[in-house]
Amino acid sequence: MSLVIRGLKKRLGGKPVLKGVDLEVREGETLVVLGRSGCGKTVLLKHIIGLMRPDEGEIWVDGRDITKLSFKELIEVRKQFGMVFQASALLDSMTVAENVGLGLRREKLSKDEIERRVSEALEMVGLEGWEEALPAELSGGMKKRVGLARAIVTRPKFLLYDEPTAGLDPVMARSIDRLIAELRERIFSTSVIVTHDIISAFSVCDRLAFLHEGRIRFLGYPEEARCSEDPVLREFFSGGIIPWREGAFGRG
Amino acid sequence: MGPLGHIGTYVIKFFEHMGRFGTLVLQTARALTDFPTYAHPTLKQMVRIGVESLPIVLVTSTFTGMVSSLQTFYQLKSAMVPVHTMVGSAVEKMIFLELAPSLTALVLAGRVGATIAAELGTMRVTEQIDALETLAFNPVAYLVVPRVLAGMVMFPILTIFSMTVGVVGAWVVSVCSGISSADFLYGMRLFFKPWDVYYGIIKSVFFGLSIVSVGCYEGFFAKGGAEGVGRATTKAVVVACLLILMWNYILALILL
Ligand SMILES: Nc1ncnc2c1ncn2[C@@H]1O[C@H](COP(=O)(O)OP(=O)(O)OP(=O)(O)O)[C@@H](O)[C@H]1O
Ligand SMILES: [Mg+2]
Repeated sequence: MSLVIRGLKKRLGGKPVLKGVDLEVREGETLVVLGRSGCGKTVLLKHIIGLMRPDEGEIWVDGRDITKLSFKELIEVRKQFGMVFQASALLDSMTVAENVGLGLRREKLSKDEIERRVSEALEMVGLEGWEEALPAELSGGMKKRVGLARAIVTRPKFLLYDEPTAGLDPVMARSIDRLIAELRERIFSTSVIVTHDIISAFSVCDRLAFLHEGRIRFLGYPEEARCSEDPVLREFFSGGIIPWREGAFGRG
Repeated sequence: MGPLGHIGTYVIKFFEHMGRFGTLVLQTARALTDFPTYAHPTLKQMVRIGVESLPIVLVTSTFTGMVSSLQTFYQLKSAMVPVHTMVGSAVEKMIFLELAPSLTALVLAGRVGATIAAELGTMRVTEQIDALETLAFNPVAYLVVPRVLAGMVMFPILTIFSMTVGVVGAWVVSVCSGISSADFLYGMRLFFKPWDVYYGIIKSVFFGLSIVSVGCYEGFFAKGGAEGVGRATTKAVVVACLLILMWNYILALILL
């Protein structure tokens, strides 16, 4: 078990957002956390990488509770992580290449080596030739892909994706899904993907979790999710445009 | 809420700010060990805070120097004392002790303080600072330390420039209004003490640190989108100006 969350609680702005999240992510799997807008998905991810500290609860990464670590130790742990932000969060004063290369600076690499790794990562996300562009010159989808390249360039052990497909057109969204699946084959990361995009969730996940009212309401395989009798889960799924019960989409 | 309640909230807020500011100062001090992270950005900030501020400092100081000379001449003339050498003495004290350091600081509180707060604030609310953290950067070492170091080094240098052009401006105007160059320079030397310059420079270090640290603090902890960044920027300038006035008084009290 490489990533374990126990009893995670967090209040923000006076109201409880996470009310005791328990979650286990297995080594090498891709776990998708589904949930309504505003249910605390981003907050959950930020706890996993230590950007937020919980009020209560534990987060175990490879046998270490990161909620107890000092800032310095936390930085060490973060070297194993890559995170793709919901709004990309590219440094807007830097070029695409500099953004992607940020994570490599800490590794003592030569300039050429950094350049090679950066173009390799950009190629993986289909952005070769955009090295010198500034984030302001890119579309939302391209920014997402730069964010993705920045997260994978260090070949992290854990990849966290915050809404990788939100705000993209369906074609671009599916190509991001393919990219995520491809990356899994190439760098074998353990991934946690947070999203409310059901199509994306079913096409990339090994297992699904459903975050509802501050707790994990469901955790299991996609087939189980489809057959679930839980009204909340059914409502969430039927809100999607694809009539999943007819088996028109997915692996079932 | 009664008046006591309001005062209570303010007091609590004040201590919250002080606590967070203190933490940031500690983190900044600790981040000084992380030389590779801040070395290059520090050079960049020195250019941005120092070199790019030079024009506005030179213009402000030249005019201030010129005006100080005219006004001194005017004041002494009406007092009907022999003014020829006095103008140089008075102008020297005014510029070195007060005008160069204080005006430079007040002008740059707008330019430098606002820029820092707006930049860091935008980075905060667009999650760029979070992104740096996930990339295993220490954001304090990468963003705050360079600005603080650059401010500490560049403000005294800018102040020295300001003193120089201020005196030159005053001298030129004096000569134009009929005081001989020799009289002006004699007057300047008459009461000059190196301490006048040192005092001005010490002031500029305090002013510079106030401006950059408040700018960094407000920007680093900004929240609430574009509006929040605007608020942080305004606050950075206002608080920096108040701190400058306060330090000005305290330093005069203990150093003169
Ligand atoms: N820094 C904060 N301060 C106060 N409240 C916050 C903060 N961050 C998040 N919240 C609150 O926590 C709740 C969950 O926010 P979060 O961003 O995790 O939602 P989300 O599930 O990621 O939604 P979306 O799908 O729209 O991105 C929201 O109600 C939000 O108002
Ligand atoms: Mg979110």
